[in-house]
Amino acid sequence: MNKELIVEKINYFLVDEFEVEEDEIAPAANLKETLELDSLDFVDLVVAVESNFGVKLVGEDFVDVVTLQDFYDIIEKKLS
Amino acid sequence: MGRVVITGMGIYSCIGKNMAEVKESLYNGTSGIKYDPERAEFGYRSCLTGMVELPNLKKLLTRRERISMGQEASYAYAATIEALENAKLTQEYLDVNDVGILFGNDSTAKAVIDSVDKIREKKDTTLVGSGAIFQAMNSTVSMNLSTIFKLKGVNMTISAACASGSHAIGLGYHLIKSGLEDCIICGGAQEINKLAFGSFDGLGVFSTNEDPTKASRPFDKDRDGLIPSGGAATVILESYESAVKRGAPIYGEVIGYGFSSNGEHISTPNVDGPSKAMNKALKMAQIDASEIDYVNAHATSTPVGDANEAKAIAKVFGKHRPYVSSTKSMTGHECWMAGASEIVYSMLMMEHSFVAPNINLENIDEDAKALNLVSKTLNKKIDVFLSNSFGFGGTNSALIVKKFDNGNE
Repeated sequence: MNKELIVEKINYFLVDEFEVEEDEIAPAANLKETLELDSLDFVDLVVAVESNFGVKLVGEDFVDVVTLQDFYDIIEKKLS
Repeated sequence: MGRVVITGMGIYSCIGKNMAEVKESLYNGTSGIKYDPERAEFGYRSCLTGMVELPNLKKLLTRRERISMGQEASYAYAATIEALENAKLTQEYLDVNDVGILFGNDSTAKAVIDSVDKIREKKDTTLVGSGAIFQAMNSTVSMNLSTIFKLKGVNMTISAACASGSHAIGLGYHLIKSGLEDCIICGGAQEINKLAFGSFDGLGVFSTNEDPTKASRPFDKDRDGLIPSGGAATVILESYESAVKRGAPIYGEVIGYGFSSNGEHISTPNVDGPSKAMNKALKMAQIDASEIDYVNAHATSTPVGDANEAKAIAKVFGKHRPYVSSTKSMTGHECWMAGASEIVYSMLMMEHSFVAPNINLENIDEDAKALNLVSKTLNKKIDVFLSNSFGFGGTNSALIVKKFDNGNE
């Protein structure tokens, strides 16, 4: 899966399922502070990633994830 | 000991999604029972149910709030919004005062089964999602509503089978009467999905009458079982002083709560337990049985349950013969919610001066002939009513509510 498609899919479920404001979506956006995702939302991110990409994230995968770009990168890495 | 008044009510049921709709249905004797074809395929003996649409909460609540709520909590939210508005209780008030919640609920079958099915399929607990646990716990209603409304008083769920909602109001009454709380959101909620009632249907106690609107016939000779139903009802209880201080509307005053346990069979009700609950409620209310104008019977349309309740009412009230009807003839058995919804139904009758009919009462059962049963809507003033609720395990609750009288301080 190419990078553009990964970004498109993630942005889609963030807006559609997590109800993140569309204009808040930006690579530099902080997942917790800007997108207002809390610890429970991170559990649901694991579910969304599994159903959209067929890969399983674990807690350690999120250690260095701060921005949306970090999140795109971690999925790309998992899929590679 | 202080006075406890009712300052707000809300209802979301199979006979109406708000108090105005429900009042019309009660007055007109309209049944909310439908045939659910999915139940036949699922293996049910009886395919009848009270049908209650899930409220659309998307515009009212955030995703985080919604994903923790199953069917019963969604119904309870809809009823509570109406009750808070009815009580003129604003979020600003809830933010700075210790308002509590006591809700009756005794199952979350769909949420539990759906989440376990998901784990079985995925073989991974994480993939069940973050909302599953909050939907599946029995306290789902109180935990969700207390979070949404930012409540800071008492916060718990009462599980007492089909008397859950009634005991929730009774216990709320005591907490306020004894001065421990000033205002409590009380109520009862009940899921209606097919996963929730399968094992109950398995006992063979649901009606197999093929006519949905004729099947629930409490106290009638031809009754053959109950019809499951659900939704939610909310009753705001408040100390008289708090209500006056807020300038809140006062719709009625809770004056008695009687409870008992049969100490016998797990599912077959008796006569002594319910009689004791009614007598205790009368004693607490410090009124004579002759002062009760109306009894909202628990009567679910089962052969033994209705007969034993009829004997208990006759035993307690003797020659006084208050009007009696079972609103379950229209709503079906709202189970965990019933004790709360039947307070709302009776309050609507008291407010609008009528007795709702016990529909489908065509041939009165021998055991119920001593009662003053109302089979057609009766335009009659009600000043004091008693509402019965009984449940599996032999739990009994009787509540007495009086029209609010400001001159009785």
